[in-house]
Amino acid sequence: MATSQQGGGSAARSKTAAKSAPKAPLKAPQKAQRKTRAGGGAKGRSAVTRAAERKEHPVERLAERAKAEDRALLIKLYEDMLLIRRFEEKAGQMYGMGLIGGFCHLYIGQEAVVVGMQSALADASDAVVTSYRDHGHMLATGMEAKGVMAELTGRRGGYSKGKGGSMHMFSRERKFFGGHGIVGAQVPIGTGVAFAMKYLEEPGLCVTYLGDGAVNQGQVYESFNMAALWKIPVIYVIENNKYGMGTATARAAANSQELYHRGQAYGIPGLQVDGMDVLAVRHAGQEVIEQVRAGKGPYIMEMQTYRYRGHSMSDPAKYRSKEEVQRMRSEHDPIDRLRQMLLQEGHADEAALKEIDKRVKEIVTDAAEFAQNSPEPDPSELWTDVYTAAE
Amino acid sequence: MPRLSYLEAGKLALAEEMRRDPLVWAVGEDLGRGGVFGQYRGLAEEFGPARISDAPISESCIMGAAVGAAMMGTRPVVEMRFSDFALCAVDELVNQAAKARYMFGGQSHVPLVVREPIGIWRSSAAQHSQSLEAWYAHIPGLVVVVPSTPADNRALLKAAIRCDDPVVYMEHKNLWALEGEVPEAAEPGELGKARVVRAGGDVTIVSWSAAVHTCAAAAESLAGAGIEAEVLDLRTLWPWDREAVLASVERSGRLLVVQEAVSVAGFGAEIAASVAEALHGALKAPVRRLGAPRIPISYAPPLEDKVRVTEAMVVEAVRSMTAAAA
Ligand SMILES: Cc1ncc(C[n+]2csc(CCOP(=O)(O)OP(=O)(O)O)c2C)c(N)n1
Ligand SMILES: [Mg+2]
Repeated sequence: MATSQQGGGSAARSKTAAKSAPKAPLKAPQKAQRKTRAGGGAKGRSAVTRAAERKEHPVERLAERAKAEDRALLIKLYEDMLLIRRFEEKAGQMYGMGLIGGFCHLYIGQEAVVVGMQSALADASDAVVTSYRDHGHMLATGMEAKGVMAELTGRRGGYSKGKGGSMHMFSRERKFFGGHGIVGAQVPIGTGVAFAMKYLEEPGLCVTYLGDGAVNQGQVYESFNMAALWKIPVIYVIENNKYGMGTATARAAANSQELYHRGQAYGIPGLQVDGMDVLAVRHAGQEVIEQVRAGKGPYIMEMQTYRYRGHSMSDPAKYRSKEEVQRMRSEHDPIDRLRQMLLQEGHADEAALKEIDKRVKEIVTDAAEFAQNSPEPDPSELWTDVYTAAE
Repeated sequence: MPRLSYLEAGKLALAEEMRRDPLVWAVGEDLGRGGVFGQYRGLAEEFGPARISDAPISESCIMGAAVGAAMMGTRPVVEMRFSDFALCAVDELVNQAAKARYMFGGQSHVPLVVREPIGIWRSSAAQHSQSLEAWYAHIPGLVVVVPSTPADNRALLKAAIRCDDPVVYMEHKNLWALEGEVPEAAEPGELGKARVVRAGGDVTIVSWSAAVHTCAAAAESLAGAGIEAEVLDLRTLWPWDREAVLASVERSGRLLVVQEAVSVAGFGAEIAASVAEALHGALKAPVRRLGAPRIPISYAPPLEDKVRVTEAMVVEAVRSMTAAAA
């Protein structure tokens, strides 16, 4: 954190100096500052995905990173991502059939972010909070596919008994503090959840997810300041999927290439991570989590990711080309990449992967069935949960 | 008279005002590609990105900056797209915009229009379904408009844009596709004038926004049973057409207020109280209100439907009011 303050200071100094001095000295400190920030105070550089590093062949890099992991973990990451993918595909299908209504935001393409982070947490004391694009986060925290799907169909067996729908689920047991429909609202909430952990002297931290669009909300910066000031154990994960609805990140965010810098003024370190690479996410997550657990205060992680589907089910996605989406799918898909690596490195053979496919398919089929057969909420539920129930 | 949709009528109003007055401009998220409902489609092409301005997701800054720009004499039309999202910016509207004229002794004024659609709309759940018009009616300094027809959406949006005070302009999400005749003349409407949707002498039904259509349908079926209801569409909640309401109730002796919003502390309470104060002796039946119960809106259709005021409920209420007097 001290480095970032220095960084900020030198940039400010060079700016004033630039008025009278020639341009050259201005550039040098800025560059130096960037490097420091990219390291962000984390121990190794391996987790830092700079533009230059991205030129490497992704599958080879995955293989390199996989050396630190055992086979079972790699398989689990694959299975967890695949579950989200298949679950979301099913949800999309059921929406098309009219079984799901209202707003429904799919997570397809972004699976590596939440699966990588969750694998790094591996701690029952940690909490998660996110926006309305929440199905993947819930599955990754271990919430049941059945309960999530049944909420999508608005049935009694859903996590919110059908009252919330796609955007609004919660699980105290899994420490999932909600899907929130107001952009940015979850950021102070996640800060407060983490504050309470500290207050209650509990060991956990709170991973607070937000989008590249949400980073432009004011309360995000109020949260950054308070979290840094009070050394709150919160990790802000910016899922930069390149669009906020139909608006490309660069059209909405100043200095959009470096959203992980957004905590700089508060001394919050930031990392930019290839969010299409589940091991890059995991390793960056592990480093960051260690820092935050050590009581050093908040951290910002910017995940470079991509959403394949429209913003919600009603979005024809005319603001981007089919080619762009196709290129991301064919060159960067987090699941395909991992699959290739698993085969190539001999961690799994086709038969083993087929077995996983089958398992995942079963979970999703069961969930869909449950979600269609669970009864609709009883009209008497209208008046429950408004206030504390009278005993 | 040309037929237009409610959505097209609003768009036409904005386009006409922007052509007429270069100081009128619009700002909000996703306006460049036409707005989330298509209410701005084609406007960026005609007026350019400086006047149909695409903002980041920063509601409080959008609103606050619009207040500042309005103080400078421009006439911003702010798009909040859901009244639920406008809550992020309510300080700028209530503490700043609404008070600027009075608090600064008349030196400042805020010619601002805030469009913030209301209403229950296809399983959108608790944070995308609210009708919060009464909140704003409570705030001195704000004008509150709740149009129910395409013709009004054109005429009243124009009036709102020409108004020199901050206007909270609440379209209803369920009405976008509603078609109706829109007069050729491009004149702005009058704020504070109710519309007689249907004349009748047995009961006065006062409503606004989408609920007006429920009331009109109920009045038709009541007429079949020999009960003539007068339906008034308030159109604006502040100023509201007290004279028209009192005159009608004086004739009919019965008042039913119908609103989609939560009934408790809703604007219906203001109307009911005003009528009770002024016409106590003339009432043939107790005043009635229909509105949503005081609970958040559910996602699941069976629960969502339970909070809607239906035609049958209006019919039933009127029947019980008229039967009581018989
Ligand atoms: C306060 C508020 N403003 C606007 C919206 C409408 N809205 C819903 S999602 C969204 C885009 C958010 O983009 P981003 O943060 O990048 O998240 P993503 O959808 O890409 O996951 C917008 C503008 C909202 N729900 N809440
Ligand atoms: Mg986004």
